[in-house]
Amino acid sequence: MSRRGIAAATFVLAAGMAGLTFAMASGDTITVKGSDTMVILGQRWAEEYMKERKDVTVQVTGGGSGTGIAALINGTTTLANSSRPIKAEEKDAAKKNGIDVVEIKTAMDALAIVVNAANPIDHLTLKQVGMIYSGYTNNWKQVGGPDKKIIRYSRESSSGTYAYLKENVLNNRDYAADVQTMPGTSAVAEAVAKDPNAIGYGGVAYFATNPKLKILKVAKDEKSQPISPLNADGRPNFEVVWSQTYPISRYLYVYSPGQPKGAAREYLDWILGPRGQEIVEKVEYVPMPGHAQQAASN
Amino acid sequence: MSSENALEPVEKVDAAPRPAELDFDNVPQTVRLWQPVGQNPKYSLLPLFLGSSLVALPATLVATLFGVACGVYLAEVAGKRTREIVKPAIELLAGVPSVVIGFFCLATLATLLQNLLHTTFRLNAMVGALGVSLVIVPVIATMTDDALRAVPGFLREGAHALGANNWETITRVVIPAGASGLVAAILLGMGRALGETMIVLMATGNAAQVTLNPFDSVRTMTATIAAELGSVPQGGEQYRALFLVGALLFTLTFIINLVAELAVARMRRRLAL
Repeated sequence: MSRRGIAAATFVLAAGMAGLTFAMASGDTITVKGSDTMVILGQRWAEEYMKERKDVTVQVTGGGSGTGIAALINGTTTLANSSRPIKAEEKDAAKKNGIDVVEIKTAMDALAIVVNAANPIDHLTLKQVGMIYSGYTNNWKQVGGPDKKIIRYSRESSSGTYAYLKENVLNNRDYAADVQTMPGTSAVAEAVAKDPNAIGYGGVAYFATNPKLKILKVAKDEKSQPISPLNADGRPNFEVVWSQTYPISRYLYVYSPGQPKGAAREYLDWILGPRGQEIVEKVEYVPMPGHAQQAASN
Repeated sequence: MSSENALEPVEKVDAAPRPAELDFDNVPQTVRLWQPVGQNPKYSLLPLFLGSSLVALPATLVATLFGVACGVYLAEVAGKRTREIVKPAIELLAGVPSVVIGFFCLATLATLLQNLLHTTFRLNAMVGALGVSLVIVPVIATMTDDALRAVPGFLREGAHALGANNWETITRVVIPAGASGLVAAILLGMGRALGETMIVLMATGNAAQVTLNPFDSVRTMTATIAAELGSVPQGGEQYRALFLVGALLFTLTFIINLVAELAVARMRRRLAL
């Protein structure tokens, strides 16, 4: 190749790279990282939003609420999804990095307790769930089922769902040592579907459509009525979540480093508006109480 | 701990004035736990160390059986043409991405093994060990082959001259002469098994138990680092604990590799005659 050829090739390459850089700089990019529970929801939000706003790119990744908040603290993401409220020490760590974390409640979720469809059990009390996961109940017989060892499946410790269950159901006791941790809620669903003696937990959206799984009714205590997080038609029941009658309901949060500005602000407004909340409903989570009527009337 | 005994104190709590509340504070809890998230984080390395051992040792055992047999066959028995086909085929096995092997273990091997042995845990240390052994068979086979081919030809010729048949030559002359090389091959395989991450992360169930049963679900050091390091704030307690796990892992593999290197050096010295 002649020298001129090389020069021409270099020019083409440089022009191409400049073009690429220009293309990337021409729109706003919002990165959202965090809760696996919220990955499906976050990605649907992003897809729909990008259809409406061609100039904005929204990238959503999972990894767990802890991962998202850690990224927020380290300044490597625009927004963080979290299925648990931020911890005091995480807030402090962020402050140390000059970040004042702002919390936005974006949706609600019912945490489902799930067993294999072959399991005859159809409800548990909150305490029974806590005792199973902390290792004091080890046989299905003890909660009215068959004489089989309970195989417990859980999420990784970075998951907001893991922390939520530990705080609210295990009452801050440790998980049993033999709890098997799965890399994601869909892995939990997969494992429970394959194992007739298994128990698992996670956002109700991951389990609602799988015929090999049974979502249990949960009672607040022995005297309360067991409540299913589902309606008769198999969709999440909004009323029991809003009123928190279903005992393990929670908010799904988005955290922003400081008051959200510009593209992130517009994106969050859109999420909290009718379009965003409609998508919440479509992926089988529960829209925020105030916005839900709007979404329902649309 | 029997479940009946464990339940008793909780029943007492039931009789307390606040029956509805979830409160089993009187029950003692296991101390040797790896549970870094919660009010009282627990960082016991024991379950992780046992987990790694329960995967690496059976994996090395299985891989030694197949790997050494393969290596001996390649170096001593196989003809040139067979060797040219078999050796690359074995090395190809080392090229299979471990995530693929992991998925195979998770989806197929685990079910197969559970139906066969009726294990309590579908995903357990043995499933992981069998997966890892697939990765280290090529390591052991190739290194065994190299070690035996380093044994000088005149030893074999001498044995034949004394009337030994092929089998006798291999078992009584060639293998003893290359023994240090075989030890090195096995140890390097074990080092690789300890460091393997993806397969164990996918196939062992990741329950940090203190157990010696290879059919229990275990959590290895590597899987713990892989699963948790990405999600901890830098510089925190858990972050440092994970680095300690990494340091321990490095020390273990370093010692194993050092012993392997010494074994190779020893073989070179002895064969220099």
